[in-house]
Amino acid sequence: MSFMLNCKQATRTLSEAEDRKLGLGERVGLWAHLGMCSACSNFSKQVVLLRKAMQQYRDPRD
Amino acid sequence: MPASEKKDIALELEQTRPYLMRFAVLQLRNETAAEDAVQETMLAALQGASRFAGQSSLKTWLVGILKHKIIDHLRRQAKEPQAFETTTDDFDTLFEDDGHWTEAPADWGRPESTLEQKEFFKVLDLCLEALPANTARVFMMREWLGLDTGEICKELKMTATNCWVVLYRARMGLRTCLEKNWFGAQAAKH
Repeated sequence: MSFMLNCKQATRTLSEAEDRKLGLGERVGLWAHLGMCSACSNFSKQVVLLRKAMQQYRDPRD
Repeated sequence: MPASEKKDIALELEQTRPYLMRFAVLQLRNETAAEDAVQETMLAALQGASRFAGQSSLKTWLVGILKHKIIDHLRRQAKEPQAFETTTDDFDTLFEDDGHWTEAPADWGRPESTLEQKEFFKVLDLCLEALPANTARVFMMREWLGLDTGEICKELKMTATNCWVVLYRARMGLRTCLEKNWFGAQAAKH
């Protein structure tokens, strides 16, 4: 895989980061992409929120 | 355990039934199977009531039992390998041909303030329901049952790559739905 990711590839990798450990090349690729792409940076935060939301959805604070 | 205490627990169990049903339906996508799983949970809880020492909330304890019942059901269901769509072609409207967003994701603001709002979880609930059944099942196994993708692959007889694609589709679908129906709507209010 080339280090230069487009947004579609970056989002796919960001999603997979929630499910498996990324390789070094993938992490470097993501880091480079997120540094210059605010849209994917937003997406990256959204994926994290989604996981937190699902945890709270399962175990609501009464 | 005194009979009166057992009666109290039975009453509390009944009050939790709708909550458990909600999850069982989302996970199993089948009303009858969901009712079975919840019923088995209730019975197991009643039988094991003396083991429930009140160290966790009753809800948390029941969810723990329900998880096992759901996994049992999924196991029985998954005798045959399931057909999953493995392409991400349906994202074509989300990305240009060169892989750039057609509509860039917005800044959702502080996560803490989002998660404080009960209404947000109602929208999340609707968005989960709007996902295709198989996609939602895998996503719920990952995020609600807390299984890792290795376990999910094994239960559903999928490849790991297949599993990651389905989870990607689920997250993409949910974020698009939430942005449209929650964050977009919130922004419009201000």
